[in-house]
Amino acid sequence: MMSEAQAPDNCCVIDESQNISGSEILQEILSGSRATLPMVVGAIPFGIIFGTLAEQSGLSPFGAIAMSIFVFAGSSQFIALGLLAAGTGPLIIIATTFIVNLRHLLYSAAIVDDVKHLSGPWRAVIAFGLTDEAFATIVDKIRKSDDAWRLRSVQWFYLGSFGTMYGNWILCTIIGITLGELVPEMSNWGLDFAMSATFIGMVLPYLNTRPMMACVLVAGAMSLGTADMPHKLGLMVSALSAVAVGLSYHLMSRRK
Amino acid sequence: MTEALMIAGMAFVTFGIRYIVLASAGHFTFPSWAKSGLNFVPPAVLTAIIIPAVLIPNGNGIEFHLQNASLLAACVAMIVGLIRKDLLTTIVVGMIAFGLFKWLL
Repeated sequence: MMSEAQAPDNCCVIDESQNISGSEILQEILSGSRATLPMVVGAIPFGIIFGTLAEQSGLSPFGAIAMSIFVFAGSSQFIALGLLAAGTGPLIIIATTFIVNLRHLLYSAAIVDDVKHLSGPWRAVIAFGLTDEAFATIVDKIRKSDDAWRLRSVQWFYLGSFGTMYGNWILCTIIGITLGELVPEMSNWGLDFAMSATFIGMVLPYLNTRPMMACVLVAGAMSLGTADMPHKLGLMVSALSAVAVGLSYHLMSRRK
Repeated sequence: MTEALMIAGMAFVTFGIRYIVLASAGHFTFPSWAKSGLNFVPPAVLTAIIIPAVLIPNGNGIEFHLQNASLLAACVAMIVGLIRKDLLTTIVVGMIAFGLFKWLL
């Protein structure tokens, strides 16, 4: 079992995880998979749209599949397509990916105490699969479960959850690429608006404090003002200024 | 070749971000201001993508008028999102609205 390499102070943990039987492991994997299913269904259109848009944005079919396999981060993959289509160089795309995915730092910080009993390789697996969906699923499950369950089964549940998401994402990318090649006129259907609609839906829940509204206003205004900057640098400049304004507002209003 | 390097770089930074805290198993913690700051990152990045995509749909200047299907559909998506608070509904209604406006205009 992978969790044998434990720090001595986690002795009890080893006992817990060694007790788990093969059929229980399978059950946890299936239960993790089931819990993620609604979000997996939600991700299907995006995987397909990503695959469909890849070629017209200048990413090879092989590159699109490789991106879904190795990067596995939906929004940054979409953004990379947008940047590629605008002729942006690889370094800027990598830097933008970094900024866009910084939010995952919060996810790992939020679950680290719940998974620090696991071995290094397990933690790497958890990190690799830590998408918005996998994070939401595991946090919800941990909140509803007791410590005994967590120490025993959390990694198997997570494996089922993330594995379903991952397999689905790769499969949908391939379906999208195939569709894009079979039906070339699909690129005129305005599928790219799907990305804007998705992002609008993702931003709205944040807009419940004044610092957040200030942040979003600055991001919007700056993005128009910097739209002509070379290499799509405007995105990073706007996002960083908006974070700075939002954070300063937040810190100042707390000090009062 | 550039494509492979770009994907490798993207994979490296993405995994790095997701792994660094878990690798240290909690020995590495954030100051509270940094945590607050990270909260602002997703809406900031997403907004900085949405606004130009919606207002500069053709890449030549801001199109703030009623002939801009993306702008109209974005307004519909926003209203639906504020009322229903459900991501999938927001996306589906937004896309239908976009198709309709495109067809009408």
